[in-house]
Amino acid sequence: MFLTISTTGDEQNPATDLGFLLHKHPDNPFSTKLSYGTAHVFYPEASAERCTAALLLEVDPVALVRRGKGKGRGGAPDAALAQYVNDRPYAASSLLSVAMSAVFKSALNGVCRARPERAQTAMPLRIEVPALPARGGAELVRKLFGPLGWTRVDAVAVPLDEQFPEWGDSRYVRLVLEGELRLADALRQLYVLLPVLDDAKHYWVAPDEVDKLLRAGEGWLAAHPEQKLITSRYLARRRGLTLQAMQQLELVRLAESDDLDVESIDNAVDETTDTEEKPVPLAEQRRAAILDALRAAGASRVLDLGCGQGQLVQAMLKDAAFTEIVGVDVSVRALTIASRRLKPERMGERQAARVTLRQGSLTYTDKRLKGYDAAVLSEVVEHLDLPRLPALEYAVFGSARPRTVLVTTPNVEYNVRWETLPAGHVRHGDHRFEWTRAEFRAWAREVAQRHGYGVGFVPVGPDDPEVGPPTQMAVFTMTAADDAAKPRGGETAERNGDRTEKEANAA
Amino acid sequence: MTSTARTLPVTDLSLVVLIGATGSGKSTFARKHFKPTEIVSSDFCRGLVADDENDQSASRDAFDVLHYIVGKRLAAGRLTVVDATSVQSESRKQLVQLARSHDVLPIAIVLDLPEEVCVARNAARPDRAGMPRHVIQRHRRELRRSLRGLEREGFRKVHILRTEEEAELAEVVLERRYNDLRHLTGPFDVIGDIHGCSSELESLLGKLGYVDGAHPEGRTAVFVGDLVDRGPDSPGVLRRVMAMVSAGNALCVPGNHENKLGRYLKGRKVQHTHGLAETIEQLDREDEKDPAFRGQVREFIDGLVSHYVLDGGKLVVCHAGLPEKYHGRTSGRVRSHALYGDTTGETDEFGLPVRYPWAEEYRGRATVVYGHTPVPNTSWVNNTICLDTGAVFGGKMTALRWPERELVDVPAERVWYEPAKPLATEAPGGREGRPLDLADVQGRRIVETRHVGRVAVREENAAAALEVMSRFAVDPRLLGYLPPTMAPTATSREDGYLEHPAEAFAQYRADGVAEVVCEEKHMGSRAVALVCRDAAVARERFGVGGSPGASGSASGPTGALHTRTGRPFLDDAALTEVILDRLRAAVTAAGLWEEWGTDWVLLDAELMPWSLKAGGLLRSQYAAVGAASGAALPEANAALAAAAARGVDVGALADRQRGRAEDAAAFTEAYRRYCWSTQGLDGVRLAPFQVLAVQGRSLAAVPHDEQLAWLDRLVEHDPTGLLRTTRRLVVDTGDEASVRAGVDWWLEMTGRGGEGMVVKPLAALVRDGKGRLVQPGIKVRGREYLRIIYGPEYTRPENLERLRDRFLGHKRSLALREYALGLEALDRLADGEPLWRVHEAVFAVLALESEPVDPRL
Repeated sequence: MFLTISTTGDEQNPATDLGFLLHKHPDNPFSTKLSYGTAHVFYPEASAERCTAALLLEVDPVALVRRGKGKGRGGAPDAALAQYVNDRPYAASSLLSVAMSAVFKSALNGVCRARPERAQTAMPLRIEVPALPARGGAELVRKLFGPLGWTRVDAVAVPLDEQFPEWGDSRYVRLVLEGELRLADALRQLYVLLPVLDDAKHYWVAPDEVDKLLRAGEGWLAAHPEQKLITSRYLARRRGLTLQAMQQLELVRLAESDDLDVESIDNAVDETTDTEEKPVPLAEQRRAAILDALRAAGASRVLDLGCGQGQLVQAMLKDAAFTEIVGVDVSVRALTIASRRLKPERMGERQAARVTLRQGSLTYTDKRLKGYDAAVLSEVVEHLDLPRLPALEYAVFGSARPRTVLVTTPNVEYNVRWETLPAGHVRHGDHRFEWTRAEFRAWAREVAQRHGYGVGFVPVGPDDPEVGPPTQMAVFTMTAADDAAKPRGGETAERNGDRTEKEANAA
Repeated sequence: MTSTARTLPVTDLSLVVLIGATGSGKSTFARKHFKPTEIVSSDFCRGLVADDENDQSASRDAFDVLHYIVGKRLAAGRLTVVDATSVQSESRKQLVQLARSHDVLPIAIVLDLPEEVCVARNAARPDRAGMPRHVIQRHRRELRRSLRGLEREGFRKVHILRTEEEAELAEVVLERRYNDLRHLTGPFDVIGDIHGCSSELESLLGKLGYVDGAHPEGRTAVFVGDLVDRGPDSPGVLRRVMAMVSAGNALCVPGNHENKLGRYLKGRKVQHTHGLAETIEQLDREDEKDPAFRGQVREFIDGLVSHYVLDGGKLVVCHAGLPEKYHGRTSGRVRSHALYGDTTGETDEFGLPVRYPWAEEYRGRATVVYGHTPVPNTSWVNNTICLDTGAVFGGKMTALRWPERELVDVPAERVWYEPAKPLATEAPGGREGRPLDLADVQGRRIVETRHVGRVAVREENAAAALEVMSRFAVDPRLLGYLPPTMAPTATSREDGYLEHPAEAFAQYRADGVAEVVCEEKHMGSRAVALVCRDAAVARERFGVGGSPGASGSASGPTGALHTRTGRPFLDDAALTEVILDRLRAAVTAAGLWEEWGTDWVLLDAELMPWSLKAGGLLRSQYAAVGAASGAALPEANAALAAAAARGVDVGALADRQRGRAEDAAAFTEAYRRYCWSTQGLDGVRLAPFQVLAVQGRSLAAVPHDEQLAWLDRLVEHDPTGLLRTTRRLVVDTGDEASVRAGVDWWLEMTGRGGEGMVVKPLAALVRDGKGRLVQPGIKVRGREYLRIIYGPEYTRPENLERLRDRFLGHKRSLALREYALGLEALDRLADGEPLWRVHEAVFAVLALESEPVDPRL
């Protein structure tokens, strides 16, 4: 990874003063060993008129990986292939930022005993970063550096592979900054913004990250229009660390054995949406509608099938009418988040006894789900490929057979009312399908008929006269005769004994 | 007093309750006649919970523990002896209840010994020496009161020993249960419901090869009951069956109709409905010819045993089906289930009881063959099959040959009796009645495999597999196999190489494998193809798709094309069908359907280009590395050159950076070889390299030269250019020249950018000298290809040296376990085992795939 810092000058203020400011002599190449490689500073040009300092970080990829080497598990230091083949030796990632703080420590602090006045004054600077990973693209790079006093902010996307133009641009840009700034300010900006743009998984996070950000951001960050984004991304790296710890190695392996990113399979929940702090209005309306329907059905023992992050479970816990709440999800990550949200270990014993979270799958029948008053499948069916839907139908309506089943799903007709949703797009990347009202009703009626349920429909959210509500809900109720005949609880074992003659001989 | 030895018959699966006062010698008796592990004593349990075998205050907890242990043993089908005083009826009642709830017979052995004997024995025991005499007296009083009522309490056998001598001389004799005919191995012909259709029965027996009730090859007929009622000649049927049974040529279990007829013949009042009237009338007529017949029938029916366990426990025959926990058990409710089946308690629109779909939940190892519920066609549901094909209603009469599992049937000569409702279109549970249950896959599991024994799946791996299987995989009915992972060759010390064929050849030589085949490794993505002859086959054999008669897309898929984790390979189902279509056409043109005797085939293949499926990963990871290096390194090198030109000493660094640029360029070249653009199927290539299974046969053990010959024919008969051959070379691991040729072949192939090769034992499934399975294949990856795996700069000597320190043990073990599971899945699939059994093995492969292991291997 590589960047250059250039300045111009004259006899009075020779450009080579850059060497004093950086504390690196233009004629002596400088090298220092860091834990992940070697940082070099050298000067491709050094005259009174023009002086360029280059920082080159020689990353040792093998050493980088072997740092975390563990014993068992085949001695694999890391289960993720991405750790072994990556851009770190080449791209100006957060590692370069760490190297800067090591190599240009004094310059970053604006300290220069030899040329104290030049350290405090603005000078013509040109900074080039040939491969800057920029999540958010050239546009974000311009937004971030634009307000910081540069006269020229050039950010040009690097194509992924010129042999495959259809692949488009890479996430790297070639960055050129020009302007009159204090060197220390320029370095601090880079120190903060390189990792912000990189926004990758945190290679290095120190515990005093907030302090560092405050120090490095002094004088420019507070007034920056993108301050929020910069701060959250910079510090998000820390949260990312905990997220990674949560990531199941097992899923990483399965993704890789299929040449996929783990994000593409471990995507059942997005923990940044519909949080307690920032609830999504439609999700709230949905929960209200579901709770109403459950109360109307007189349900007290309820299954939340596909409970996700547990928002509905949490809402049900607040109503004592629900005496037993079982949240089921197939995603271990979802259950982990739900459990973090509910904190059952901090509930009272009686409260905690009302709620259970467990892994389950609706494409398999599950004896543990039998005998409940109601089951909720909120925004669940659309996450299943259509050919697998009959398995879910059977598991819920044929096998578990709760008295009441609530199913909510997006109404695709309403999508035209979402301004932010491009035409023809589904609302969530993992939606395998979205139904019109007619399609949903046809499916629901067929299921109801096949399994002995009646079904009604309830709009959720504003019921648009033309396209209907954003969410559609079906309320299935087991037909009365069936319900009465259905043995409840543990009496099934006795039924053989008192068989009537008529039953017995009907074969 | 008698001095002859008394034999005490005890059923081999029962709960034996010893009854007697303290000091009556129960423990001694138990030790003498039963295995120590069969005896559960209350004293022992008291010790467990209270550290003191005589602490009476701990009795309640001690009996909880005792009942728990007894319950576990009975559930597992083990004879159990309870050694407690059991002189009080309340305590016995609990034990009788326990026996009943596990459907075993409670048996009482009473030691009713004189008071003085008990006193003397207790006195001899230091821990009981202080026991007051009145305790013994109380025990004896209670015992005396109980003696007469033991049978009424539910004990099916009661043995009372009254003297020391009698107790001393008694011999316990284990008796086999009536239903336990595991020692009979057939072969059998299991015959479905007959209902008085005597003529059809004769035709069927004839078709099965019976001559006058006997089979020249010594086969045994097994009747599933419902011989009588509704049909034209119930006496004729009875005569035939009774003769065959008494001659030892047949076994028979009772149906509900025999049961009712039996009660009628005993003079009980029963309704003459459901065809009984016809039978009565026919029997009345029979009286004139053969007055003794009626009595013989009564005796015959009286002696029928409600179900049989046959052929080493592999086959269970009963009239109405039986869940596994009832197999070989003896209780009223077992008999009731065997005769009538289970009902949900509901009635349908015809007023008939709705049957509980017990077969749906059946997960037992034994095959259950039954009748009772008329269906138009038989079908296997979870290793059970219903043979009642409604002969009396004008359907057919069906038999199952065992162990061949062949169905033989004859059509009804006419409708003998109008059914109350139309024959159900599905077997109980039916097509939807084969759902997989979470309990089949979740949690820590052990899968029995025939090739390496038990393979364990850890809970966290099962959890990950459940997630992927549920959310992304194709329908499990189409997912008969997942490919195992493959270990790389042992690490090479050869200069510049991390992997080299020499080690692979050497390893097989050491394993005693002389002939190996080197197969070109196609750099694409793994694809498993299930190809059915048409949608109807997919529907009938795999149960997927729409209803019969539907056309077009409604007729459903004709197979599947999935990745190594079971995901659909292509999002576009129509495009998948095109690929299946081309494969199907090639199989047809090559005449392989006939040659294999199948109408479906499962193929293991590689689908190219790699970029087709791995596009996302390529862009986010591999191409990104190329782009970053391509952008950064030239500028860094130019800067270094400029510094050098100024006379600054950056020589060593500049050299390293130049090398870096070369390595990065080589890396970019390496991944580019496996990428090309495709449009629809243009540019897509499929290289099948193994035929995994066809109807009735796993082909995984067929030698690779035969395999490849089949596949060459497929490629030859594909005019579309989709299919690609796999280049191969056979190497003799013991012949130096041959090994050298193998190495050269690899060098040449990888030198031109090939990914590498897989070395496999030519004979496919091979064991080493110690009888252990050898690796089914070892991959030897090309030097350039490995850049994609180990990074652009891995070939630098200092990097290679460090990378050689890699651990293959876990990967190899994983590869073998997954291989065994894959073979198991194929065997189960080919044997037509129930879906959950196939899925269990397939799921386990996926679960093991999630075991964290160095991903570069």
